[in-house]
Amino acid sequence: MQFFERLMMMDRRWVFLFLAAVCFFTYYVEYDVPIYVEPETERIYTFIDSLPEGDIILLAIDYDPNSMAELHPMTYTIVEHAWRKNLRLIITALSQNGPGMADQAIRDISDSLAMPATYNGVEYPAREIVNGEDYVFLGYKPYYALVILGMGQDFRLPFPNDYYGTPLDSLPMMRRVVNYDHVACVISLSSGTISDGWISYGQGRFGFPLFFGLTGVMTAQYYPFYGSGQLSGLMGGMLGAAQYEFLADNYGLARDAMKVQLPAHVIIILFIIMGNVGYFASRRRERLGGVS
Amino acid sequence: MTFGMYLWMTFGIFGTLAIFSFLYKDNPFYKFAEHLVVGVSAGYFVIILWHNGLTPNLFQRLADGDWYFLFLNSSRPEYLIPAFLGALMWTRFSQQYSWLSRWPMAMYIGIATGMAVPLEMANRINKQLFAMMNPIDFEHFFGTAGFDLLDPTSGLSQLIVFVGAMCALIYFYFSKAHEGIFGRVAKIGIYTLMIGFGASFGYTVMARISLFINRIQAIEAWRMVGFDNTNENYHSGFPIVFWVLMLGIVVYAIVEIVQYRNRPPETKQPAA
Repeated sequence: MQFFERLMMMDRRWVFLFLAAVCFFTYYVEYDVPIYVEPETERIYTFIDSLPEGDIILLAIDYDPNSMAELHPMTYTIVEHAWRKNLRLIITALSQNGPGMADQAIRDISDSLAMPATYNGVEYPAREIVNGEDYVFLGYKPYYALVILGMGQDFRLPFPNDYYGTPLDSLPMMRRVVNYDHVACVISLSSGTISDGWISYGQGRFGFPLFFGLTGVMTAQYYPFYGSGQLSGLMGGMLGAAQYEFLADNYGLARDAMKVQLPAHVIIILFIIMGNVGYFASRRRERLGGVS
Repeated sequence: MTFGMYLWMTFGIFGTLAIFSFLYKDNPFYKFAEHLVVGVSAGYFVIILWHNGLTPNLFQRLADGDWYFLFLNSSRPEYLIPAFLGALMWTRFSQQYSWLSRWPMAMYIGIATGMAVPLEMANRINKQLFAMMNPIDFEHFFGTAGFDLLDPTSGLSQLIVFVGAMCALIYFYFSKAHEGIFGRVAKIGIYTLMIGFGASFGYTVMARISLFINRIQAIEAWRMVGFDNTNENYHSGFPIVFWVLMLGIVVYAIVEIVQYRNRPPETKQPAA
Protein backbone atom coordinates (compact mmCIF):
# COMPACT_ATOMS: atom_id res chain seq x y z
CA MET A 1 0.00 0.00 0.00
CA GLN A 2 1.31 3.42 -0.96
CA PHE A 3 2.15 6.00 1.68
CA PHE A 4 -0.63 8.39 0.67
CA GLU A 5 -3.25 5.61 0.58
CA ARG A 6 -2.23 4.61 4.07
CA LEU A 7 -2.52 8.27 5.02
CA MET A 8 -6.06 8.43 3.62
CA MET A 9 -7.06 5.41 5.72
CA MET A 10 -5.50 6.66 8.95
CA ASP A 11 -7.83 6.80 11.97
CA ARG A 12 -8.71 10.47 12.47
CA ARG A 13 -8.26 10.07 16.22
CA TRP A 14 -4.49 10.03 15.64
CA VAL A 15 -4.88 13.50 14.12
CA PHE A 16 -6.81 14.71 17.20
CA LEU A 17 -4.20 13.21 19.53
CA PHE A 18 -1.30 14.72 17.58
CA LEU A 19 -2.93 18.15 17.52
CA ALA A 20 -3.69 18.00 21.26
CA ALA A 21 -0.08 16.99 21.97
CA VAL A 22 1.23 19.90 19.88
CA CYS A 23 -1.10 22.34 21.69
CA PHE A 24 -0.07 21.12 25.15
CA PHE A 25 3.62 21.08 24.25
CA THR A 26 3.69 24.58 22.76
CA TYR A 27 1.68 25.98 25.68
CA TYR A 28 4.54 25.14 28.03
CA VAL A 29 7.27 26.49 25.72
CA GLU A 30 8.15 30.12 26.42
CA TYR A 31 8.15 32.22 23.27
CA ASP A 32 6.32 35.28 22.00
CA VAL A 33 4.34 35.57 18.77
CA PRO A 34 4.43 38.94 16.99
CA ILE A 35 0.96 40.49 16.71
CA TYR A 36 -0.12 42.31 13.54
CA VAL A 37 -2.91 44.72 14.50
CA GLU A 38 -5.69 45.06 11.94
CA PRO A 39 -7.21 48.53 11.39
CA GLU A 40 -10.71 47.36 12.39
CA THR A 41 -9.43 46.41 15.87
CA GLU A 42 -7.29 49.53 16.13
CA ARG A 43 -10.36 51.72 15.51
CA ILE A 44 -12.06 50.30 18.61
CA TYR A 45 -8.99 50.91 20.75
CA THR A 46 -8.42 54.42 19.36
CA PHE A 47 -12.06 55.38 19.88
CA ILE A 48 -12.10 54.27 23.52
CA ASP A 49 -8.68 55.72 24.20
CA SER A 50 -9.69 59.13 22.87
CA LEU A 51 -12.90 59.47 24.92
CA PRO A 52 -12.83 62.15 27.65
CA GLU A 53 -13.06 61.09 31.30
CA GLY A 54 -16.58 60.40 32.53
CA ASP A 55 -18.01 59.43 29.15
CA ILE A 56 -20.28 56.41 29.11
CA ILE A 57 -19.87 53.27 27.00
CA LEU A 58 -22.61 50.70 26.64
CA LEU A 59 -20.96 47.28 26.76
CA ALA A 60 -23.20 44.40 25.74
CA ILE A 61 -21.82 41.08 27.00
CA ASP A 62 -24.01 39.07 24.65
CA TYR A 63 -22.46 35.62 24.96
CA ASP A 64 -22.84 32.43 26.95
CA PRO A 65 -20.09 30.60 28.84
CA ASN A 66 -19.53 28.38 25.79
CA SER A 67 -17.94 31.37 24.02
CA MET A 68 -15.85 32.51 26.97
CA ALA A 69 -12.63 31.36 25.36
CA GLU A 70 -12.80 33.96 22.62
CA LEU A 71 -14.90 36.76 24.07
CA HIS A 72 -13.96 36.84 27.74
CA PRO A 73 -10.44 38.18 27.01
CA MET A 74 -12.10 41.01 25.04
CA THR A 75 -14.38 41.81 27.99
CA TYR A 76 -11.47 41.84 30.44
CA THR A 77 -9.21 44.04 28.37
CA ILE A 78 -11.89 46.51 27.19
CA VAL A 79 -13.41 46.98 30.66
CA GLU A 80 -10.01 47.45 32.29
CA HIS A 81 -8.97 49.88 29.55
CA ALA A 82 -12.18 51.89 30.03
CA TRP A 83 -11.95 51.98 33.81
CA ARG A 84 -8.26 52.90 33.80
CA LYS A 85 -9.25 55.85 31.58
CA ASN A 86 -11.99 56.82 34.09
CA LEU A 87 -14.77 56.02 31.65
CA ARG A 88 -18.10 54.71 32.90
CA LEU A 89 -19.92 51.62 31.68
CA ILE A 90 -23.49 50.51 31.24
CA ILE A 91 -23.32 46.75 30.92
CA THR A 92 -26.03 44.46 29.59
CA ALA A 93 -26.04 40.69 29.11
CA LEU A 94 -28.64 39.83 26.47
CA SER A 95 -27.69 36.19 26.12
CA GLN A 96 -29.68 33.94 28.42
CA ASN A 97 -26.83 32.11 30.15
CA GLY A 98 -24.52 35.12 30.32
CA PRO A 99 -25.52 37.32 33.30
CA GLY A 100 -23.84 35.29 36.06
CA MET A 101 -20.66 35.02 34.02
CA ALA A 102 -20.73 38.76 33.25
CA ASP A 103 -21.26 39.58 36.93
CA GLN A 104 -18.26 37.44 37.86
CA ALA A 105 -16.12 39.15 35.23
CA ILE A 106 -17.12 42.61 36.50
CA ARG A 107 -16.11 41.64 40.04
CA ASP A 108 -12.78 40.18 38.85
CA ILE A 109 -11.88 43.30 36.86
CA SER A 110 -12.98 45.58 39.75
CA ASP A 111 -10.55 43.65 41.96
CA SER A 112 -7.71 44.09 39.47
CA LEU A 113 -8.31 47.87 39.45
CA ALA A 114 -7.46 47.87 43.17
CA MET A 115 -3.81 47.47 42.09
CA PRO A 116 -1.81 50.19 40.33
CA ALA A 117 -0.66 49.33 36.81
CA THR A 118 1.44 50.71 33.99
CA TYR A 119 0.18 50.35 30.43
CA ASN A 120 1.93 51.83 27.38
CA GLY A 121 4.25 53.72 29.72
CA VAL A 122 1.41 55.44 31.60
CA GLU A 123 1.10 54.78 35.32
CA TYR A 124 -2.46 54.27 36.50
CA PRO A 125 -3.06 54.47 40.25
CA ALA A 126 -5.21 51.95 42.11
CA ARG A 127 -8.84 52.92 42.31
CA GLU A 128 -12.03 51.54 43.75
CA ILE A 129 -14.75 50.69 41.26
CA VAL A 130 -18.17 51.54 42.65
CA ASN A 131 -21.41 50.02 41.40
CA GLY A 132 -23.78 52.79 40.36
CA GLU A 133 -21.00 55.34 39.90
CA ASP A 134 -18.44 53.68 37.65
CA TYR A 135 -20.75 51.11 36.13
CA VAL A 136 -24.30 49.88 36.05
CA PHE A 137 -25.01 46.24 35.30
CA LEU A 138 -28.47 45.91 33.81
CA GLY A 139 -28.46 42.14 33.40
CA TYR A 140 -30.64 40.07 31.09
CA LYS A 141 -34.04 40.52 29.49
CA PRO A 142 -35.57 38.18 26.93
CA TYR A 143 -36.32 39.15 23.29
CA TYR A 144 -33.23 41.18 22.51
CA ALA A 145 -34.86 43.07 19.61
CA LEU A 146 -37.45 44.59 21.95
CA VAL A 147 -34.80 45.30 24.57
CA ILE A 148 -32.52 47.07 22.08
CA LEU A 149 -35.42 49.17 20.76
CA GLY A 150 -36.67 49.85 24.30
CA MET A 151 -33.27 51.12 25.47
CA GLY A 152 -33.39 53.57 22.56
CA GLN A 153 -36.37 55.25 24.24
CA ASP A 154 -35.36 54.85 27.86
CA PHE A 155 -33.11 52.36 29.63
CA ARG A 156 -35.79 52.15 32.33
CA LEU A 157 -38.36 50.61 29.97
CA PRO A 158 -36.75 47.18 29.65
CA PHE A 159 -34.66 47.59 32.82
CA PRO A 160 -36.60 49.29 35.63
CA ASN A 161 -34.02 47.80 38.03
CA ASP A 162 -30.41 46.80 37.59
CA TYR A 163 -29.23 43.18 37.86
CA TYR A 164 -29.04 43.46 41.65
CA GLY A 165 -32.61 44.76 41.98
CA THR A 166 -31.78 48.46 42.56
CA PRO A 167 -34.08 50.91 40.72
CA LEU A 168 -32.12 52.70 38.00
CA ASP A 169 -33.24 56.14 39.20
CA SER A 170 -31.57 55.58 42.54
CA LEU A 171 -28.16 54.95 40.91
CA PRO A 172 -26.10 58.19 40.74
CA MET A 173 -24.62 57.33 37.33
CA MET A 174 -28.05 56.95 35.70
CA ARG A 175 -29.58 60.23 36.92
CA ARG A 176 -29.13 62.14 33.67
CA VAL A 177 -28.80 59.10 31.43
CA VAL A 178 -31.94 58.29 29.47
CA ASN A 179 -31.09 56.46 26.25
CA TYR A 180 -28.43 55.92 23.57
CA ASP A 181 -28.08 59.71 23.13
CA HIS A 182 -26.14 59.68 26.39
CA VAL A 183 -23.63 56.96 25.52
CA ALA A 184 -20.51 57.52 23.40
CA CYS A 185 -20.77 54.15 21.66
CA VAL A 186 -22.08 50.62 21.94
CA ILE A 187 -19.69 47.67 22.03
CA SER A 188 -21.37 44.30 21.57
CA LEU A 189 -19.35 41.18 22.35
CA SER A 190 -21.56 38.60 20.79
CA SER A 191 -21.69 34.91 19.97
CA GLY A 192 -25.06 34.77 18.22
CA THR A 193 -27.80 36.54 16.35
CA ILE A 194 -27.95 39.36 18.91
CA SER A 195 -25.32 41.15 16.83
CA ASP A 196 -27.86 41.24 13.97
CA GLY A 197 -30.24 42.93 16.39
CA TRP A 198 -27.66 45.58 17.27
CA ILE A 199 -27.19 46.35 13.55
CA SER A 200 -30.87 46.44 12.57
CA TYR A 201 -32.65 47.65 15.69
CA GLY A 202 -29.81 49.57 17.33
CA GLN A 203 -27.34 51.24 14.98
CA GLY A 204 -29.76 51.33 12.06
CA ARG A 205 -32.54 52.89 14.12
CA PHE A 206 -30.60 55.19 16.46
CA GLY A 207 -27.32 55.79 14.62
CA PHE A 208 -24.79 55.38 17.44
CA PRO A 209 -21.21 54.22 16.75
CA LEU A 210 -21.31 50.42 16.97
CA PHE A 211 -18.33 48.15 17.57
CA PHE A 212 -18.36 44.36 17.55
CA GLY A 213 -16.27 41.67 19.18
CA LEU A 214 -17.32 38.38 17.63
CA THR A 215 -16.50 34.71 17.81
CA GLY A 216 -14.29 33.45 15.00
CA VAL A 217 -17.12 31.49 13.42
CA MET A 218 -19.17 34.67 12.95
CA THR A 219 -16.49 37.16 11.99
CA ALA A 220 -16.30 36.66 8.21
CA GLN A 221 -20.02 37.22 7.74
CA TYR A 222 -19.94 40.60 9.51
CA TYR A 223 -17.15 42.19 7.46
CA PRO A 224 -19.66 43.54 4.89
CA PHE A 225 -21.19 45.65 7.69
CA TYR A 226 -17.77 47.07 8.47
CA GLY A 227 -17.21 47.82 4.79
CA SER A 228 -20.57 49.60 4.55
CA GLY A 229 -19.82 51.75 7.59
CA GLN A 230 -22.59 50.29 9.75
CA LEU A 231 -19.90 48.95 12.06
CA SER A 232 -17.22 51.36 13.21
CA GLY A 233 -14.85 48.58 14.29
CA LEU A 234 -14.63 44.82 14.52
CA MET A 235 -12.64 42.27 16.52
CA GLY A 236 -12.66 38.68 15.35
CA GLY A 237 -12.15 35.78 17.72
CA MET A 238 -9.17 35.22 19.95
CA LEU A 239 -6.90 36.95 17.44
CA GLY A 240 -8.97 40.14 17.74
CA ALA A 241 -8.76 39.91 21.53
CA ALA A 242 -4.98 39.43 21.32
CA GLN A 243 -4.69 42.49 19.07
CA TYR A 244 -6.63 44.60 21.57
CA GLU A 245 -4.50 43.28 24.44
CA PHE A 246 -1.41 44.20 22.40
CA LEU A 247 -2.69 47.75 21.79
CA ALA A 248 -3.69 48.18 25.44
CA ASP A 249 -0.32 46.74 26.54
CA ASN A 250 -2.29 44.40 28.81
CA TYR A 251 -0.95 40.85 28.44
CA GLY A 252 -3.89 38.52 28.93
CA LEU A 253 -5.22 35.08 28.08
CA ALA A 254 -5.64 35.84 24.37
CA ARG A 255 -1.99 36.82 23.79
CA ASP A 256 -0.96 33.86 25.90
CA ALA A 257 -2.98 31.65 23.56
CA MET A 258 -1.39 32.96 20.35
CA LYS A 259 1.74 30.88 20.90
CA VAL A 260 -0.49 27.78 20.65
CA GLN A 261 -2.69 29.08 17.82
CA LEU A 262 0.27 29.53 15.50
CA PRO A 263 1.69 25.95 15.57
CA ALA A 264 -1.85 24.48 15.70
CA HIS A 265 -2.76 26.32 12.49
CA VAL A 266 0.49 25.26 10.83
CA ILE A 267 -0.25 21.63 11.74
CA ILE A 268 -3.82 21.86 10.42
CA ILE A 269 -2.63 23.44 7.16
CA LEU A 270 -0.05 20.67 6.76
CA PHE A 271 -2.72 18.03 7.37
CA ILE A 272 -5.00 19.67 4.80
CA ILE A 273 -2.18 19.72 2.23
CA MET A 274 -1.27 16.07 2.97
CA GLY A 275 -4.92 15.01 2.78
CA ASN A 276 -5.35 16.71 -0.59
CA VAL A 277 -2.12 15.32 -1.98
CA GLY A 278 -3.18 11.85 -0.78
CA TYR A 279 -6.59 12.24 -2.38
CA PHE A 280 -5.23 13.36 -5.74
CA ALA A 281 -2.44 10.75 -5.70
CA SER A 282 -4.88 7.88 -5.04
CA ARG A 283 -7.24 9.23 -7.73
CA ARG A 284 -4.38 9.35 -10.19
CA ARG A 285 -3.48 5.72 -9.41
CA GLU A 286 -7.08 4.71 -9.96
CA ARG A 287 -7.14 6.50 -13.30
CA LEU A 288 -3.93 4.78 -14.40
CA GLY A 289 -5.55 1.40 -13.71
CA GLY A 290 -4.17 0.62 -10.29
CA VAL A 291 -6.15 -0.60 -7.31
CA SER A 292 -9.76 0.54 -7.18
CA MET B 1 -9.30 29.20 47.33
CA THR B 2 -11.09 26.96 49.75
CA PHE B 3 -11.15 23.17 49.55
CA GLY B 4 -14.80 23.23 48.48
CA MET B 5 -14.02 25.66 45.64
CA TYR B 6 -11.14 23.47 44.52
CA LEU B 7 -13.49 20.49 44.40
CA TRP B 8 -15.81 22.46 42.11
CA MET B 9 -12.83 23.45 39.98
CA THR B 10 -11.83 19.79 39.76
CA PHE B 11 -15.38 18.90 38.76
CA GLY B 12 -15.12 21.47 35.95
CA ILE B 13 -11.89 19.87 34.73
CA PHE B 14 -13.55 16.45 34.92
CA GLY B 15 -16.40 17.84 32.78
CA THR B 16 -13.89 19.19 30.26
CA LEU B 17 -12.11 15.86 29.95
CA ALA B 18 -15.44 14.02 29.79
CA ILE B 19 -16.58 16.17 26.85
CA PHE B 20 -13.27 15.80 25.00
CA SER B 21 -13.40 12.02 25.52
CA PHE B 22 -16.07 11.96 22.78
CA LEU B 23 -13.27 12.50 20.26
CA TYR B 24 -12.10 9.00 21.18
CA LYS B 25 -15.55 7.42 21.27
CA ASP B 26 -19.01 7.83 22.77
CA ASN B 27 -18.91 6.85 26.46
CA PRO B 28 -20.88 7.25 29.73
CA PHE B 29 -18.69 10.15 30.97
CA TYR B 30 -19.45 12.13 27.83
CA LYS B 31 -23.17 11.35 28.13
CA PHE B 32 -23.14 12.51 31.76
CA ALA B 33 -21.39 15.79 30.92
CA GLU B 34 -23.65 16.41 27.92
CA HIS B 35 -26.83 15.96 29.95
CA LEU B 36 -25.41 18.05 32.77
CA VAL B 37 -24.76 21.01 30.43
CA VAL B 38 -28.26 20.85 28.96
CA GLY B 39 -29.92 20.50 32.37
CA VAL B 40 -27.91 23.25 34.04
CA SER B 41 -28.51 25.64 31.10
CA ALA B 42 -32.27 25.05 31.17
CA GLY B 43 -32.51 25.41 34.97
CA TYR B 44 -30.35 28.53 35.00
CA PHE B 45 -32.42 30.11 32.23
CA VAL B 46 -35.69 29.58 34.11
CA ILE B 47 -34.33 31.26 37.25
CA ILE B 48 -32.81 34.15 35.28
CA LEU B 49 -36.09 34.66 33.43
CA TRP B 50 -38.04 34.70 36.67
CA HIS B 51 -35.79 37.13 38.53
CA ASN B 52 -34.79 39.37 35.59
CA GLY B 53 -37.96 39.24 33.51
CA LEU B 54 -41.17 38.42 35.33
CA THR B 55 -40.35 39.91 38.73
CA PRO B 56 -39.26 43.47 37.73
CA ASN B 57 -41.30 43.79 34.54
CA LEU B 58 -44.60 42.29 35.71
CA PHE B 59 -44.91 41.45 39.40
CA GLN B 60 -43.31 44.66 40.69
CA ARG B 61 -45.39 46.78 38.31
CA LEU B 62 -48.60 45.21 39.64
CA ALA B 63 -47.41 45.00 43.22
CA ASP B 64 -49.42 47.99 44.50
CA GLY B 65 -52.71 46.27 43.57
CA ASP B 66 -54.65 43.68 45.54
CA TRP B 67 -54.95 40.06 44.49
CA TYR B 68 -58.64 39.95 45.44
CA PHE B 69 -59.27 42.70 42.84
CA LEU B 70 -57.12 40.66 40.40
CA PHE B 71 -54.64 43.59 40.55
CA LEU B 72 -57.05 45.74 38.54
CA ASN B 73 -56.62 48.45 41.18
CA SER B 74 -52.84 48.64 40.66
CA SER B 75 -51.30 51.82 39.21
CA ARG B 76 -50.29 49.97 36.02
CA PRO B 77 -53.32 47.73 35.24
CA GLU B 78 -52.38 47.62 31.53
CA TYR B 79 -49.70 45.09 32.44
CA LEU B 80 -52.49 42.58 33.08
CA ILE B 81 -52.96 42.31 29.29
CA PRO B 82 -49.52 40.80 28.55
CA ALA B 83 -49.88 38.71 31.72
CA PHE B 84 -53.20 37.33 30.44
CA LEU B 85 -51.75 36.69 26.97
CA GLY B 86 -48.75 34.96 28.51
CA ALA B 87 -51.02 32.76 30.60
CA LEU B 88 -52.88 31.73 27.44
CA MET B 89 -49.66 30.09 26.18
CA TRP B 90 -50.18 27.43 28.83
CA THR B 91 -53.38 26.28 27.12
CA ARG B 92 -51.16 24.35 24.70
CA PHE B 93 -51.23 21.56 27.28
CA SER B 94 -55.00 21.14 26.75
CA GLN B 95 -56.29 19.58 23.55
CA GLN B 96 -59.61 21.37 23.98
CA TYR B 97 -58.30 24.89 24.55
CA SER B 98 -54.93 24.87 22.80
CA TRP B 99 -56.37 27.10 20.07
CA LEU B 100 -56.30 29.94 22.59
CA SER B 101 -52.49 29.91 22.54
CA ARG B 102 -52.68 31.18 18.95
CA TRP B 103 -53.74 34.62 20.18
CA PRO B 104 -50.51 35.49 21.99
CA MET B 105 -48.52 33.77 19.24
CA ALA B 106 -50.33 35.84 16.60
CA MET B 107 -49.72 39.02 18.55
CA TYR B 108 -46.04 38.21 19.10
CA ILE B 109 -45.44 37.27 15.47
CA GLY B 110 -47.39 40.31 14.28
CA ILE B 111 -45.39 42.73 16.42
CA ALA B 112 -42.09 41.05 15.55
CA THR B 113 -42.84 41.12 11.82
CA GLY B 114 -44.01 44.71 11.84
CA MET B 115 -40.90 45.71 13.75
CA ALA B 116 -38.48 43.61 11.76
CA VAL B 117 -39.51 44.10 8.14
CA PRO B 118 -38.76 47.83 7.71
CA LEU B 119 -35.63 47.79 9.88
CA GLU B 120 -34.20 44.60 8.41
CA MET B 121 -34.95 45.81 4.89
CA ALA B 122 -33.32 49.18 5.54
CA ASN B 123 -30.26 47.98 7.40
CA ARG B 124 -29.44 44.53 6.10
CA ILE B 125 -30.44 44.89 2.45
CA ASN B 126 -30.65 48.54 1.38
CA LYS B 127 -27.53 49.74 3.20
CA GLN B 128 -25.54 46.80 1.86
CA LEU B 129 -26.76 47.59 -1.66
CA PHE B 130 -25.90 51.28 -1.24
CA ALA B 131 -22.43 50.34 0.01
CA MET B 132 -21.86 48.29 -3.14
CA MET B 133 -23.11 51.08 -5.39
CA ASN B 134 -20.73 53.71 -4.02
CA PRO B 135 -18.54 55.27 -6.72
CA ILE B 136 -15.10 53.68 -6.80
CA ASP B 137 -12.68 55.82 -4.79
CA PHE B 138 -9.89 56.26 -7.35
CA GLU B 139 -8.24 58.90 -5.18
CA HIS B 140 -7.54 56.26 -2.51
CA PHE B 141 -7.38 53.28 -4.83
CA PHE B 142 -4.62 51.46 -2.93
CA GLY B 143 -5.63 52.47 0.61
CA THR B 144 -7.17 55.41 2.45
CA ALA B 145 -4.03 55.98 4.55
CA GLY B 146 -1.11 55.10 2.31
CA PHE B 147 -0.51 51.89 0.39
CA ASP B 148 -2.48 49.08 2.04
CA LEU B 149 -3.87 46.30 -0.13
CA LEU B 150 -5.77 44.86 2.86
CA ASP B 151 -7.68 48.11 3.52
CA PRO B 152 -11.37 47.17 3.10
CA THR B 153 -12.34 50.80 2.42
CA SER B 154 -9.88 51.38 -0.47
CA GLY B 155 -11.05 51.83 -4.06
CA LEU B 156 -9.50 48.50 -5.01
CA SER B 157 -11.50 46.70 -2.29
CA GLN B 158 -14.66 48.43 -3.52
CA LEU B 159 -13.96 47.23 -7.05
CA ILE B 160 -13.25 43.65 -5.92
CA VAL B 161 -16.44 43.59 -3.81
CA PHE B 162 -18.52 44.95 -6.69
CA VAL B 163 -17.14 42.54 -9.29
CA GLY B 164 -17.28 39.58 -6.87
CA ALA B 165 -20.86 40.31 -5.84
CA MET B 166 -22.07 40.69 -9.44
CA CYS B 167 -20.33 37.47 -10.50
CA ALA B 168 -21.75 35.57 -7.50
CA LEU B 169 -25.25 36.79 -8.37
CA ILE B 170 -24.76 35.65 -11.97
CA TYR B 171 -23.73 32.20 -10.69
CA PHE B 172 -27.18 31.89 -9.07
CA TYR B 173 -28.97 32.84 -12.30
CA PHE B 174 -30.15 29.48 -13.62
CA SER B 175 -32.45 30.59 -16.46
CA LYS B 176 -29.50 30.63 -18.88
CA ALA B 177 -26.95 27.88 -19.40
CA HIS B 178 -23.57 28.63 -17.85
CA GLU B 179 -21.66 28.63 -21.15
CA GLY B 180 -19.34 30.99 -22.97
CA ILE B 181 -18.69 34.40 -21.39
CA PHE B 182 -21.69 33.94 -19.07
CA GLY B 183 -20.20 30.66 -17.84
CA ARG B 184 -16.80 32.26 -17.23
CA VAL B 185 -18.36 35.09 -15.24
CA ALA B 186 -20.34 32.52 -13.22
CA LYS B 187 -17.05 30.70 -12.58
CA ILE B 188 -15.56 33.89 -11.12
CA GLY B 189 -18.71 34.01 -8.98
CA ILE B 190 -18.13 30.55 -7.58
CA TYR B 191 -14.47 31.39 -6.91
CA THR B 192 -15.67 34.45 -4.97
CA LEU B 193 -18.02 32.25 -2.97
CA MET B 194 -15.21 29.76 -2.30
CA ILE B 195 -12.98 32.57 -1.01
CA GLY B 196 -15.81 33.60 1.33
CA PHE B 197 -16.30 30.03 2.56
CA GLY B 198 -12.53 29.67 2.98
CA ALA B 199 -12.38 32.79 5.15
CA SER B 200 -15.23 31.43 7.28
CA PHE B 201 -13.49 28.05 7.54
CA GLY B 202 -10.22 29.66 8.61
CA TYR B 203 -11.95 31.65 11.32
CA THR B 204 -13.87 28.54 12.41
CA VAL B 205 -10.64 26.59 12.80
CA MET B 206 -9.26 29.43 14.92
CA ALA B 207 -12.44 29.40 17.03
CA ARG B 208 -12.28 25.66 17.68
CA ILE B 209 -8.60 25.77 18.57
CA SER B 210 -9.35 28.76 20.83
CA LEU B 211 -11.84 26.67 22.78
CA PHE B 212 -9.24 23.96 23.23
CA ILE B 213 -6.53 26.44 24.30
CA ASN B 214 -8.93 27.93 26.83
CA ARG B 215 -9.37 24.47 28.33
CA ILE B 216 -5.59 23.99 28.43
CA GLN B 217 -5.35 27.28 30.32
CA ALA B 218 -8.06 26.08 32.73
CA ILE B 219 -6.29 22.75 33.30
CA GLU B 220 -3.00 24.56 33.92
CA ALA B 221 -4.69 26.94 36.40
CA TRP B 222 -6.20 23.92 38.19
CA ARG B 223 -2.83 22.18 38.34
CA MET B 224 -1.11 25.28 39.67
CA VAL B 225 -3.72 25.83 42.39
CA GLY B 226 -3.39 22.18 43.40
CA PHE B 227 0.32 22.50 44.13
CA ASP B 228 0.65 26.15 45.13
CA ASN B 229 1.48 25.77 48.82
CA THR B 230 2.31 29.51 49.07
CA ASN B 231 -1.43 30.20 48.83
CA GLU B 232 -2.76 31.14 52.29
CA ASN B 233 -5.82 28.95 51.74
CA TYR B 234 -3.74 25.98 50.58
CA HIS B 235 -5.14 22.68 51.76
CA SER B 236 -3.20 19.42 51.88
CA GLY B 237 -6.20 17.78 50.19
CA PHE B 238 -5.61 19.73 46.94
CA PRO B 239 -2.89 17.43 45.51
CA ILE B 240 -4.87 14.37 46.66
CA VAL B 241 -7.89 15.52 44.63
CA PHE B 242 -5.56 16.23 41.68
CA TRP B 243 -3.99 12.78 41.77
CA VAL B 244 -7.35 11.01 42.30
CA LEU B 245 -8.62 12.50 39.03
CA MET B 246 -5.35 11.65 37.27
CA LEU B 247 -5.59 8.07 38.59
CA GLY B 248 -9.18 7.84 37.34
CA ILE B 249 -8.04 8.85 33.85
CA VAL B 250 -5.22 6.29 33.86
CA VAL B 251 -7.56 3.50 35.07
CA TYR B 252 -10.07 4.37 32.35
CA ALA B 253 -7.31 4.32 29.72
CA ILE B 254 -6.07 0.89 30.92
CA VAL B 255 -9.62 -0.54 30.87
CA GLU B 256 -10.07 0.74 27.31
CA ILE B 257 -6.74 -0.75 26.17
CA VAL B 258 -7.60 -4.15 27.75
CA GLN B 259 -11.03 -4.12 26.11
CA TYR B 260 -9.44 -3.21 22.77
CA ARG B 261 -6.95 -6.07 23.03
CA ASN B 262 -9.66 -8.60 23.98
CA ARG B 263 -12.06 -7.50 21.24
CA PRO B 264 -13.44 -10.33 19.09
CA PRO B 265 -11.60 -10.82 15.79
CA GLU B 266 -13.12 -8.97 12.85
CA THR B 267 -14.93 -11.30 10.43
CA LYS B 268 -14.55 -10.50 6.77
CA GLN B 269 -17.82 -9.83 4.96
CA PRO B 270 -18.37 -12.09 1.96
CA ALA B 271 -18.12 -10.26 -1.34
CA ALA B 272 -21.49 -9.29 -2.77
